[in-house]
Amino acid sequence: MNMIEAINSAMDVMLGRDDKMVVMGEDVGFFGGVFRATAGLQKKHGKTRVFDTPINECGIIGVAVGMGAYGLRPVPEIQFADYIYPGLDQLVSEAARLRYRSAGDFICPMTVRTPFGGGIFGGQTHSQSPESIMTHICGVKTVIPSNPYDAKGLLIAAIEDNDPVVFLEPKRIYNGPFSGYYDRPVEPWSKHEASAVPEDYYRIELGKAATVRAGEALTILAYGTMVHVTKTIVEEMGVDAEIIDLRTLLPLDIEAIETSVKKTGRCLIIHEATRTSGFGAELAALVQERCFYHLEAPVERVTGFDTPYPHSLEWAYFPGPVRIATALTNILKD
Amino acid sequence: MTETLPKANLGRPASNLPPLSLHIPEPRYRPGDTPDFGDIAIPAVDATPRPGEATKPDAMRDLCYGLVRVLDFDGQAKGPWDPKLTPDRLRAMLRYMMLVRAFDDRMFRAQRQGKTSFYMKSTGEEATSVASTMAIDRSDMCFPSYRQQGILIVRDYPLIQMMNQIYSNRGDHLLGRQLPIMYSAPEHGFFSISGNLATQYPQAVGWAMASASKGDSRIATVWCGEGSSAEGDFHSALTFATVYNAPVIFNVVNNQWAISSFSGFAGGERTTFAARAVGYGIAGLRVDGNDPLAVYAATQWAADRARTNNGPTLIEHFTYRAEGHSTSDDPSAYRAADEATAWPFGDPIARLAQHLETLGEWDGERQEALRKELDDLVKTTQKQSEKLGILGHGMHQPFETMFQDVFEEMPWHLKEQSKQMLAEQEAKFGPNWKPE
Ligand SMILES: Cc1ncc(C[n+]2csc(CCOP(=O)(O)OP(=O)(O)O)c2C)c(N)n1
Repeated sequence: MNMIEAINSAMDVMLGRDDKMVVMGEDVGFFGGVFRATAGLQKKHGKTRVFDTPINECGIIGVAVGMGAYGLRPVPEIQFADYIYPGLDQLVSEAARLRYRSAGDFICPMTVRTPFGGGIFGGQTHSQSPESIMTHICGVKTVIPSNPYDAKGLLIAAIEDNDPVVFLEPKRIYNGPFSGYYDRPVEPWSKHEASAVPEDYYRIELGKAATVRAGEALTILAYGTMVHVTKTIVEEMGVDAEIIDLRTLLPLDIEAIETSVKKTGRCLIIHEATRTSGFGAELAALVQERCFYHLEAPVERVTGFDTPYPHSLEWAYFPGPVRIATALTNILKD
Repeated sequence: MTETLPKANLGRPASNLPPLSLHIPEPRYRPGDTPDFGDIAIPAVDATPRPGEATKPDAMRDLCYGLVRVLDFDGQAKGPWDPKLTPDRLRAMLRYMMLVRAFDDRMFRAQRQGKTSFYMKSTGEEATSVASTMAIDRSDMCFPSYRQQGILIVRDYPLIQMMNQIYSNRGDHLLGRQLPIMYSAPEHGFFSISGNLATQYPQAVGWAMASASKGDSRIATVWCGEGSSAEGDFHSALTFATVYNAPVIFNVVNNQWAISSFSGFAGGERTTFAARAVGYGIAGLRVDGNDPLAVYAATQWAADRARTNNGPTLIEHFTYRAEGHSTSDDPSAYRAADEATAWPFGDPIARLAQHLETLGEWDGERQEALRKELDDLVKTTQKQSEKLGILGHGMHQPFETMFQDVFEEMPWHLKEQSKQMLAEQEAKFGPNWKPE
């Protein structure tokens, strides 16, 4: 399965297992979503379980809060992560706080799925990476898969979770792992072992990172598309890096980070989102607090720039091979 | 040959055009003015027809601009909307409304005495929560704003629990996490109140959609002020409700003022709030909000409509906020002092009492006795609640409750912060500190 198929399969499996689950969003019903993530689900599970909504993100998330309070398990789709902002208040002030403010009277077991990130010529409003905004909300979990197998297992865990989860899907790697070289063809997921996705139910616990590649020279923390970009550069440069795919940003697998950085003594953080107040800043602070005496070089970040995502210059914006290689050389220099 | 295209964008020279002007709404009366509401159209009690509950919205659009009334100003119930309640039911309604008022008065005073930080009265608007809650089923779900304490009172939620919440004391079931009056009571069909205006609107629609999709028979009701009806959430909710024909009742309590902004700033100068329903193709009713029987009748109509899959209804309750916005507000700074008394629709409690009197089912003596009984009840309950603590006098919740319920299970970073906070607590208060 490619990543879209895996995500579709997760929803299919869960719609079959739990009659409280509903899927809703713009174009998700008859058509199956603009990225086809919900294709076939309405036909199979019925129109009251999988349906289209008005183009109204405040309504989509607000209605899902009410459905959750009723006892359903809504899985709303926001067509692009950039459009979560019109619904952000319902997420921040309502979904995220409902359990807390009602001392457990009401809960909001929703999973907001949304494609995010750039590299598809989506311009500034179809390319953003809002994960640090999500992790700054108290009461929301943030999950970012990097391959089909993880996507299905993590999405099932997110849907089963009794707290609101924002499930950010790196759309650049929906069809295949992206190397970071925009001028090379993307090899499809079918050539990759993570495309062996079981048809049935399985889950990957939230809050657990994965070691993509073991190594001794430095630790690289990445997630989503950047896991693959990083891996390509590391292999090309022949660096003995340990690459950790965080998978869940909140709750974060701090143990995996700490163990690895203490072992390697160096840490490079890579994300596509803009730099200032990005999630990398949080990671750098944590590493510095917990591993300071083990560090042999300053913690570095490779990120997108602090500008809106530029349409025609997107490959200059993207933290690709050159930026990562420069950082690697720098952090390993003595 | 080159062709010359006509310049399509060549308009008249701007210098010849009259200057545009920006309209900034202005209320009719300010402090020092003598208010006169003589020009408010008050249709006769029997002037507003009562359509069948299945009537299509476009066949009843006039109801969005009229006023559903039942009680005339002599206390007689008349016309097609008369819900014909028994005297016992009317007395129950009166009692609930008077209990809300007694509760409001005492809690307002408690705030003034420094026992809590904040309170909000619903004086003059008691009918809009009490009568409308009485007209729906006990199992229906209410999504209140912050001035609907009447819902809890009608549903016999323990008064002491309301007070415990207001005092954030050790009996507060919300663990002191919410601003006073932001109750939550699921077993009483009362949704947790948010401080962000109008957010409950789409949530009520979602609840109603869920109920419909499950083949349940319960409906949802939701309240907001006319000021809050300008929020995007309000319009999101109406869109979803009409699209999915959700079994929901939207209440807009038009009490004329949103803190210091009069209803004109929410769009009330150009149309009624009920008429917002027209554009969405949903049923709208404009109701005398100070007439408890009209509120009851309209709500019952809307509930029947929702329950028979005839869709949502928007009810504008035309009323007046007789007191300040909250304990933090001084209305004399922005509105004429006598507006509340000049308001032509009177006081809902007085009107219901008068009606019962005209029926020979009530008198001044019983009214006074009931007032005293309810005052005593509230006073006694208050004493009990205060034994559990008041806001600011000690800390009533174990500190670690601060970190609970952020998530179902506490992640490591909250556990760490909780540990840090307990260490701070010990440093400040010693190892044996206990909540008071
Ligand atoms: C989203 C949001 N904006 C602003 C406020 C601040 N605020 C609290 S009450 C209020 C006025 C509300 O007026 P209205 O909706 O007419 O209700 P009323 O108080 O008159 O019952 C405002 C502006 C808020 N609580 N939430």
